[in-house]
Amino acid sequence: MAKLRSRLFIIGGLVLLSIWALIPADTTQRVRDATTGRMKDTTIRRVPINLGLDLQGGIHLALEVDQSKGPVPDPAEAIRRAERVVRTRIDEFGVTEPVVQVVGNDRLIVELAGEKDPARAKGIIQRTAFLEFRITDMNNLFRDAIPQIDRALRAAGVKTPGQGGAAANVTQLFGADTGKTKGKKDKGKAAPDTTASGLLGPLSALLNQGQLPGEYLVPEEQVPVAESLLARPEVQRLIPRGLELRWGTEPRSAAARSYRPLYAVEDRPIITGEELEKATATRDQLTNQSVVNFTLSRRGGRVFERETGRHVGHYMAIILDGRVVDQPPVIKSQIGQHGQIELGAKPLQDAQDLALVLRAGALPAPLTIVEERTIGPSLGKDSINDGVRAGIVGVALVILIMVGYYRLSGLLAVSALGLYVLFTLAGLAWFGFTLTLPGLAGLVLSVGIAVDANVLIFERIREELQHGKLVRTAVDEGFKHAMSAIIDSNVSTVLTAFILYLVGTGPVQGFAITLIIGITASMVTAVYVVRTFYMIWLARRPDMVTLSV
Amino acid sequence: MIRLFANANYDFIKWRRWAYGLTAALIIPGFALFLVHGLNYSIEFTGGTLIQVRTTAPVGTGKIRDALDAAGIRDAEIQQFGAANEYVVRARIGAGGVTAEGTTQATAAAVDSALAHGLGADQYRIMRTEAVGPKVGRELQGKAFLAIFFSFIVTLVYLWYRFEWRFGLAAVLATLHDILTTIAFIRYLNLEVSLVVVGAVLTMIGYSLNDTIIIFDRVRENLRKFRRQNLYEILNLSINETLPRSVLTHGTTMATTLALVLLAGEVLRPFALVMTFAIFTGTFSSIYIAAPILMYIEKRWPGEDARGARVYRPAAAAAPEPRAPVQPQPTR
Repeated sequence: MAKLRSRLFIIGGLVLLSIWALIPADTTQRVRDATTGRMKDTTIRRVPINLGLDLQGGIHLALEVDQSKGPVPDPAEAIRRAERVVRTRIDEFGVTEPVVQVVGNDRLIVELAGEKDPARAKGIIQRTAFLEFRITDMNNLFRDAIPQIDRALRAAGVKTPGQGGAAANVTQLFGADTGKTKGKKDKGKAAPDTTASGLLGPLSALLNQGQLPGEYLVPEEQVPVAESLLARPEVQRLIPRGLELRWGTEPRSAAARSYRPLYAVEDRPIITGEELEKATATRDQLTNQSVVNFTLSRRGGRVFERETGRHVGHYMAIILDGRVVDQPPVIKSQIGQHGQIELGAKPLQDAQDLALVLRAGALPAPLTIVEERTIGPSLGKDSINDGVRAGIVGVALVILIMVGYYRLSGLLAVSALGLYVLFTLAGLAWFGFTLTLPGLAGLVLSVGIAVDANVLIFERIREELQHGKLVRTAVDEGFKHAMSAIIDSNVSTVLTAFILYLVGTGPVQGFAITLIIGITASMVTAVYVVRTFYMIWLARRPDMVTLSV
Repeated sequence: MIRLFANANYDFIKWRRWAYGLTAALIIPGFALFLVHGLNYSIEFTGGTLIQVRTTAPVGTGKIRDALDAAGIRDAEIQQFGAANEYVVRARIGAGGVTAEGTTQATAAAVDSALAHGLGADQYRIMRTEAVGPKVGRELQGKAFLAIFFSFIVTLVYLWYRFEWRFGLAAVLATLHDILTTIAFIRYLNLEVSLVVVGAVLTMIGYSLNDTIIIFDRVRENLRKFRRQNLYEILNLSINETLPRSVLTHGTTMATTLALVLLAGEVLRPFALVMTFAIFTGTFSSIYIAAPILMYIEKRWPGEDARGARVYRPAAAAAPEPRAPVQPQPTR
């Protein structure tokens, strides 16, 4: 009896675990804001099973470095540069979960679930990368223009979103600042106060002064609002001449909130990626400092020397495709052909990434599309409907056969089948595998295979009963003797599926995975769960002479 | 209680020559066709462009052909796909001037504009596009080859571990038979061979192998139990004993694959058809191929387990004549 209780305990635990794996969870997604048309992060609740592109609809692209117009010296490095560039553009795709990854050595895979326009997506990916260095707004001209912009916005009827001491916030965020910026910040704090009744204006409420001149931090959730405000013509007109606004690529977190940096930079680059020849990352073992060394062309070196000479002590934003990468470094002294960007105690990884950005801007990798698969969203929906319908009919047939043939025992097997489906889906969710159309077929197929274990057991029990064994003994013997056959019948299928997973591509891998998880789950349910059901049944009817099998 | 084939006593082995004839009649023409024409490999293997369109009204393949011809796209295959208003256009690399990397993209665009001219832009919708360059195609061929190769190795190792070589050899030959019949089947129906179909074939080979294993397990058990029976009868007995299990388990699996064939849509159909057929041929071969082959092997190179059967078998060396089976009484 204690044995039965512990069995029930284990099964109950598995069921709870499966349900827990399947309850809708918060997932972060980039979605297009309906009002502004910009991308923003939102969390939505959904069942954590990933659907493949063939079920969702979308675009799968495989790209390689185009070597048809002359050989590219290091294709693997070129593809890494391309990946970095495509990542900066990730928001432009406008899909919720874009996948950008390097596969093997020289191939870039981009998967855009839900994207409908392949031509647009290809354009974004294949566009040439553009790198430039620009000096930030050292004289805080933009900040001084903010009160004016606020007034203009108010005049246009834009209300101030929620109250919040912007400047005060910033001092809390970054307590230790240089005296220089602090002094300026005090001025900045005073600036919004000049607006009506000491309240913050529509724009100034969103902007927090950053650590360096020309840097502002916008709370992540406010970014779309800020973007739409800044895009208004009356605001554009008031942005000081010679300045442009650029967003940073990475959000920065402070005081448990996520901020997106916004930079006011000069509209003229001091140098562009064309002049860049080399960029490498190193880490000084003694000082534990990461640095990026870069080399410019001879001509670029002359220009850079002149420009940096004029801008010592200023901050230089590194802009890739219109987005500021990392925090702009300060120009410590005049720099010629060879320069160094110090990243301080940041890990080498960060330095390598920055070096990659510089190289990406210097040597844009021409990409050619070697594979494209586009599945329309309606086809994906059709596939799900068809697959689910086939699954329901298939499972119904299996239930009919099992219950019709094995009666009550069949019913036990079928109720275990319910658990089997639960376990399989939970397995998919738990390990984060993707459900594809062939995967759906694998799921249906493995239901058919799943009951094989029960058939083997029931047949064996029937034989044992025929030999005149008692019900209890027959059940025990049936399970015991069928075991080797059950293991046999699953091992070779699982091994084949495993090979398919290793060598296959997306859809086939989906098939292999559902088959492996399905068969594993079927072993648990057919052997362990059905056995437990029998134990309950026999415990309640100890006097049972005939077994419904 | 329903009992199918309970205490069945069919003489399966007697029909082995008929079975050989039947299976040869299936394999030889199919294989000849395969050697002459090859298989209908999918775009992902050959490289090329596939476009699936749904038109607002059924226009017929002729109209689409006209539209493509007018735009100078020749040698493209046009096929109705499932519903009457769905079509698939395939332009393989090597055909229709599609040769190099990148041109598969251009072909997709060309087909789109040709259809826009020929049918009207609002008369159709592109449901699916696949453009695979020759390099990716070659890679996928390599992957398929690896999958086939490794699953063979794994199967052989597994059988070697599981059985002594006589049983193993019989099982391998039966598996080989399954592969040949499945290729013939794919050839007859001219099914499109994609990586998923290759996956289906491999999976079902693994699955049908179980059938052979389960029968052979019973044979081994019975050989030890009834040492005085000859192998012919023991094989028959074992097949008959496992028959209810075979019928039931293939019944349930086939119920699911048939549901997939009929309901799961056009994309999965080749895959589902192959699986259905593979279940069928796997069952057939375990009974009519694996078992008789085991009999021949044991006769030629008698093994330890079957020695008793050989000794007590009259005229074992003579050509095997169908014998009236004697149902051995289980020893209680």
